[in-house]
Amino acid sequence: MTSQELWSLALGRLDVDALDFLKAFYAPSENDDILSGAAWVVILGAVTVVALLTIFRAWRPLFRDWLTSVDHKKIGVMYIVLAMVMLVRGVLEGVVMRAQQADGLTGGFLSANHFGQLFSTHGTIMVLFMAMPFLTGLINIVVPLQIGARDVSFPMLNSVSLGFTTAGAALIMISLVIGEFSTGGWTAYPPYTGRVFQPGVGPDYWLWAVILSGVGSTLTGINFVVTIYKERAPGMGFMQMPMFTWTALCTAIMMIFAMPAVTVSSAMLVLDRYLGFHFFTNDLGGNMMNYANIFWLFGHPEVYILVLPAFGVYSEVASTFSGKRLYGYGSLVAATMVIALLSFTVWLHHFFTMGQSADVNAAFGIATMLIGVPTGVKIYDWMATLFRGRIRFTVPVIYLLAFMMLFVLGGLTGILLANPAVDFQVHNTLFLVAHFHNMLIPGVLFGLFAGYTYWFPKIFGFRLNEVWGRIAAFNWIAGFMLAFFPLYVVGAMGMTRRTMAYAEPAFQIWFHIAGVGAALLTAGLASLCVQLWVSIRNREQTRDIGGDPWDGRTLEWATPSPVPEYNFAVIPRVHSREAFASAKAAGAGYPEPASYADIDLPGPTWTGLVMAIFGTTLGFGLIWYMWWLAALSFAVIAVTLIGRAIRGDRHPRVIPAAEVAAEHRAWLARIRALPAAPRTQERSPANRGMAAPEYRDLRP
Amino acid sequence: MPPPRPQPAMTAAIPLAMAIALMAGSAQAGIGFLSPEGPVAALQREQFWRIIVITMIVVVPVLLGVPLLAWRYRHGNARARYAPHWDLSRPLEWVMWLVPAGIVVVLGTFLWQDTHKLDPYRPIAGPTPPLQVQVVGLDWKWLFLYPEQGIATVGELAFPQDRAVSLELTTDTVMQSFMIPQLVGQIYAMPGMRTKLNFAADQTGDFAGFNTQYNGKGFHEQRFAARAMEPAAFDAWVAEVKDQGVPLDAATYARLAGQSTPAEVRKGFGTAGMPEDVTYFSGIAPGLFDGVLGRYMSGRALADAAQPGAPDYHPQTSGE
Ligand code: HEM
Ligand SMILES: [Cu+2]
Repeated sequence: MTSQELWSLALGRLDVDALDFLKAFYAPSENDDILSGAAWVVILGAVTVVALLTIFRAWRPLFRDWLTSVDHKKIGVMYIVLAMVMLVRGVLEGVVMRAQQADGLTGGFLSANHFGQLFSTHGTIMVLFMAMPFLTGLINIVVPLQIGARDVSFPMLNSVSLGFTTAGAALIMISLVIGEFSTGGWTAYPPYTGRVFQPGVGPDYWLWAVILSGVGSTLTGINFVVTIYKERAPGMGFMQMPMFTWTALCTAIMMIFAMPAVTVSSAMLVLDRYLGFHFFTNDLGGNMMNYANIFWLFGHPEVYILVLPAFGVYSEVASTFSGKRLYGYGSLVAATMVIALLSFTVWLHHFFTMGQSADVNAAFGIATMLIGVPTGVKIYDWMATLFRGRIRFTVPVIYLLAFMMLFVLGGLTGILLANPAVDFQVHNTLFLVAHFHNMLIPGVLFGLFAGYTYWFPKIFGFRLNEVWGRIAAFNWIAGFMLAFFPLYVVGAMGMTRRTMAYAEPAFQIWFHIAGVGAALLTAGLASLCVQLWVSIRNREQTRDIGGDPWDGRTLEWATPSPVPEYNFAVIPRVHSREAFASAKAAGAGYPEPASYADIDLPGPTWTGLVMAIFGTTLGFGLIWYMWWLAALSFAVIAVTLIGRAIRGDRHPRVIPAAEVAAEHRAWLARIRALPAAPRTQERSPANRGMAAPEYRDLRP
Repeated sequence: MPPPRPQPAMTAAIPLAMAIALMAGSAQAGIGFLSPEGPVAALQREQFWRIIVITMIVVVPVLLGVPLLAWRYRHGNARARYAPHWDLSRPLEWVMWLVPAGIVVVLGTFLWQDTHKLDPYRPIAGPTPPLQVQVVGLDWKWLFLYPEQGIATVGELAFPQDRAVSLELTTDTVMQSFMIPQLVGQIYAMPGMRTKLNFAADQTGDFAGFNTQYNGKGFHEQRFAARAMEPAAFDAWVAEVKDQGVPLDAATYARLAGQSTPAEVRKGFGTAGMPEDVTYFSGIAPGLFDGVLGRYMSGRALADAAQPGAPDYHPQTSGE
């Protein structure tokens, strides 16, 4: 065997040229410096984390308490940590693109290939590795608590889902260091992403990252549908479920039905690229229209998968912080269900311009506009929730108010895009980019930030810093408007998306304004980091001892903060929709149970971690044609899963009733000693997580 | 305590005023479909503004209502009523569902009509039959074939202003999307498939056209000028293209089809008399357009080297 053959047997198509972090040394140029720099950031970031873990001797606790844990709250936190890391990368990429386009009249500073990778990684990351893990994290943390459950139905599966999602994200991070990413955008339309036109590793990174995380999300969907069906506390019918849980249910159902579509379209493209199939090639009967069709059968529901949980957060925030019942619960539930259903009937609006008949276009256009109705109803319901409330302008409320006003503008441009003849003009332009950022940033991202701020004390036992939260919110809101409103203008003037340079001088001023917006968005991101840092440092001043810092209305606030791993000392019995609010109103917010029982909990498991590690190496092996690595990784995954299925949970744990009782009684004693804080002191150190009743004298 | 806030009405005005100013700004720019120069784009603009105006019925109450409600019902405003248990009003429910639904009915009716009126496949009626042009999308330029005139161009699409234009499109590479905003919206062009687009211009003039579907590193240079000319000027233009044009035989097409921008085509194929970034061809190989279409439908596999736009493309192999 020659050394060449040996090399390709061991390392497939990997060679020195693929190592981006070396490029700055042997082929220096402005663009390569950026590429290399980004690669080095990833490498140094990883090294720093390893070093810190070692210095603080945190490896053991990391494995024991986190990576092998099946506690839904810890899994949720890990999802959100992943999302935050990806958010940083995604925002910075967006900002680099903004800078490039601000300079685009004279060509800018990036190479075309690098710009192509930037919009492709940015879009893929933001949708699948930022928004998805973030909302999955929130759902993980909140849903079992809201429905009064001990955990999700399948705790081990939950950690497997996280493992696959992490593997997908890891592949995208690795593509920064080794090789390159696709330039086919987040939609990866063939034939451009086919083997003929992009023979390199780029589209393969995209494909395996998407497939792995898609499997993770499908499993998450299954897990939460079953959890919400089966694990609700006694007395909680469907119409007693908190609104966030409703949206989580709809999102989970949609995950089950939508994710397989993208898994299929990606798998077909994999067959084309790896085995010479002809699903989407130009010749031999391949047809890329099929790809668009299947992809958007996932792609459109996906945007509602993202936005529904955010709607759920906004519902909780609106009613909690106006000290009022949620207006129009029935309407909101119906609207959520209608949106979930209709969102599967409109996918064609992503390709009105493919040449089908006017009848088809018009039918899908009208279906698309129909979604505006339940969405509009939701906005009005939240407004009616504010009406005759007592609104406290906490950080989540600031996001809520900004969301309502900005989202209707995005809705307006959405209605425009739903009209095929108008879409012919603005499809594929920055008008479209402005529209979906207008939905995704105020709609999804602000909702996620609001949820993060709202539930943070529940998990960590202290509130986030208000001042930095406000600074961050201000920067995000103003930055969003400045960065994206100008894109409506240039888009209407005909500036195409995914375009690094332009010849039209009239565009430039708008891109400069957008550049200022991007700077504010960066400041917003930095403020979030500062906020976290300051909050941890000053945590004694914002301690949430009672567990109810916002005068909450749903069951999660009836637990101590941080929540014990078994959630509820005794599973609560639910009598009404806002279970905790009505219990508090009746003076029975913190009942002492007559007796306690032993609590069974699932044991820790390495399965999820094995999926994360070997999922990554499986993808990596497939991308680089290191077949031995792929086969080995697949074998490890299969053996682990089958082994676990046969052997079951070998380390289940039982928490004795006495221990539960002791902990719970100690907490009850602590909260009885707490001064109740009126809402005027909500944001001051006087708020120890025990809420003074707002309206004892205002019975209807 | 609520933080000091600007007057609620002003808060509402900020995004609304910004949005309107922005749209007005783009209408002023003299480019894009908000400054239309042909009947199709003019209708598209009309629709655009009509939808905005109608949708304001549901948008304005939110833009005004949210800051007003937030201000009026701020915690600590003793004058505002507090109704913590109020969570439903039947009449209000009806309004909330029916007003948006009514608007969708109105908009949907317009949508149905306009979508049919503006069907890109519908030829535009006129005294003279439309000018036929065949468009082949190539990596990073459009090739315009004029079958009646026996000429072809890259970088320029000229037509007589008194006639409508009827395009047939395909590509000899990945998917692309063709658009001339001031005249007409876009339509995809796909390998092995034929799509159609019809438009006309109200006046003579030059209008920017381009591809909107990303197709690689020269994407942003895939531009051309659509030129509506006086009929006489168009005849003169045809004569000039015929006169100056480079023969477009199979071998030349094969070379042209590989990756290049309009400027590179001009450098590689053009002659001194042709305008900047524009290349003229004459003596078109017969059946060129149908040949491009048919190549992918032959039922035989095409080597990478025979697929223009592929990095491994080789002009010699594709001529088969
Ligand atoms: C926070 C600041 C953000 C900035 C500065 C930003 C900026 C950008 C830019 C410059 C583009 C390329 C536009 C073009 O095609 O020319 C883009 C595309 C995109 N962005 Fe963002 N973005 C941000 C946040 C987000 C968020 C939160 C999401 C989703 C949750 C998102 C999803 C996308 C998607 C899906 C694309 C399309 C990628 C493609 O063309 O395939 N972005 N963004
Ligand atoms: Cu859609």
